[in-house]
Amino acid sequence: MSAVKSNRIKSTYQFLSTRVNNVSPSGIRKFFDLLSSTEGVISLGVGEPDFVTPWQIREAAIYSLEKGYTMYTSNYGLPELRQKLAEHLESQYLSYDPNTELLITTGVSEGLDLTLRALLNPGDEVIMPDPCYVAYPACTLLAEGKPVLVPTVEQGNFQIKAGDIEKWISPRTKAILIGYPANPTGAVMPKDELAQIANTADKYDLIVISDEVYGRLVYDVDHVCFASLPRMKDRTILLGGFSKAYAMTGWRIGYAAANHEIIEAMTKIHQYTMLCAPITAQMAAIEALKSADNEVEAMVRDYDRRRRFMLEGLKDIGLTCFEPKGAFYTFPSIKVTGMTSQKFAERLLLEEKVAVVPGSAFGQCGEGYIRCCYATSLADIEEALKRMGRFISKYSPKT
Amino acid sequence: MKRIFEILENNARATPPQISKMTGIPATEVERAIKQAENDRTILKYKTMINWSKLGEEQVWAIVEVKVIPQRNVGFDAIAERIYRFPQARSVYLVSGTYDLAVLVVGKTMQEIAAFVTEKLAPLETVQGTATYFLLKRYKEDGEILEEKGGLKRLPITP
Repeated sequence: MSAVKSNRIKSTYQFLSTRVNNVSPSGIRKFFDLLSSTEGVISLGVGEPDFVTPWQIREAAIYSLEKGYTMYTSNYGLPELRQKLAEHLESQYLSYDPNTELLITTGVSEGLDLTLRALLNPGDEVIMPDPCYVAYPACTLLAEGKPVLVPTVEQGNFQIKAGDIEKWISPRTKAILIGYPANPTGAVMPKDELAQIANTADKYDLIVISDEVYGRLVYDVDHVCFASLPRMKDRTILLGGFSKAYAMTGWRIGYAAANHEIIEAMTKIHQYTMLCAPITAQMAAIEALKSADNEVEAMVRDYDRRRRFMLEGLKDIGLTCFEPKGAFYTFPSIKVTGMTSQKFAERLLLEEKVAVVPGSAFGQCGEGYIRCCYATSLADIEEALKRMGRFISKYSPKT
Repeated sequence: MKRIFEILENNARATPPQISKMTGIPATEVERAIKQAENDRTILKYKTMINWSKLGEEQVWAIVEVKVIPQRNVGFDAIAERIYRFPQARSVYLVSGTYDLAVLVVGKTMQEIAAFVTEKLAPLETVQGTATYFLLKRYKEDGEILEEKGGLKRLPITP
């Protein structure tokens, strides 16, 4: 017998950091488990395009592999990619030095994480809209910051207003984090609203983190880059990516654009954690910037057709929905059924085999709504709407 | 209005109410635009692409290059018409390069196509010569890949 009595571990939970334990598991993941046990489901729950990456982009990546491009790149990313990216941003009225003000990341996800870790001291507050993309509060918590959620409402087109932001500003506020066009609502921000947020940022000396990954997916409106507003370039960390516009989600490639001190700080983390974005994805991204404008435009036209189709369809089955002008989501209200979003989504899945994401997964203000993605075939949208119509008429009070 | 035809070009079965929903153009207007396009032959016809080999039907396809002598006043049009009137000629194009007309011929057997070329096409007065290329495999037609391999499916729920 050994002298030391063996201490069997009862639970490893106690070893986990408070930081991680403070982050609750994504509402979407819980739902995913339920879904994987059901057959014949039409899913409106995806968060990515239904197109595959345009062929010339894939072909360029294949060619790069044939040529043996398999090594690390500069921490910042391939110079040619940064150069092309700077030219692309120029067309959005943004001027960034490709050598010091751009960082290629493994998707906006990494860019967001780097940004928050580079900026936040423990307890620093980040203002963000509610509902918002699930990673915003989570990554803020992981960076030991405090997410401050500013309610946005359907009547206000789910836009975050400068006046509301100001109510939540405290001495600890460091940044405003916005993501428009928005996941989950599809909301966009008009220029004048953004200008007011710019004034607030100036007035209170705040950084603005602007996630514009859906920037090219807008309908009937022009996307305004926050950093292009007067005086905002130095205050803004622009996060952009290739995932949504070029249908490149699985490549994990994005970028951050900001003033050189911020980029330098972010690169410090990036070089020790990621080193560089995958070279194959970087080579693909170069080709995307060079030659895929036609494909992007065709995809946008196609999304727009399905957006309108789904909006009309939702109206027909008795759900109200504000008109989303960006991304590829609709965010209809299901309050007429009296159910919670979670209950609605679960029952709809079990009874009609349609998967949607409960709005509450994106924050308290998402309660009473569901996220329906229209980046899926028209036939599936049509069938899903039929099933949802049946479901709604079963559960909404007869008029 | 172009938006209506962009939709129909990809899906001939799209109905006016569906197109209306997708474009925001009222259904009655969509219907009227389609009627008019049918009348003025902007819409030539509605057809279905069938992969006959899946039904075990054999088809032989050939591209025939035709070199012709253009005629005064009518150029290549008269001879092109002589050729495109034959139902065997599925498509007929005037092309630049070393020959003049490219004719896509479809038949049941090689003999059938050979007979068409030697008995109908080659003897035409202004035809100087032909070269026939039999198609060995159709990979992609009118933008459709015939044997698309099933890819990986998207995860049903993602943030």
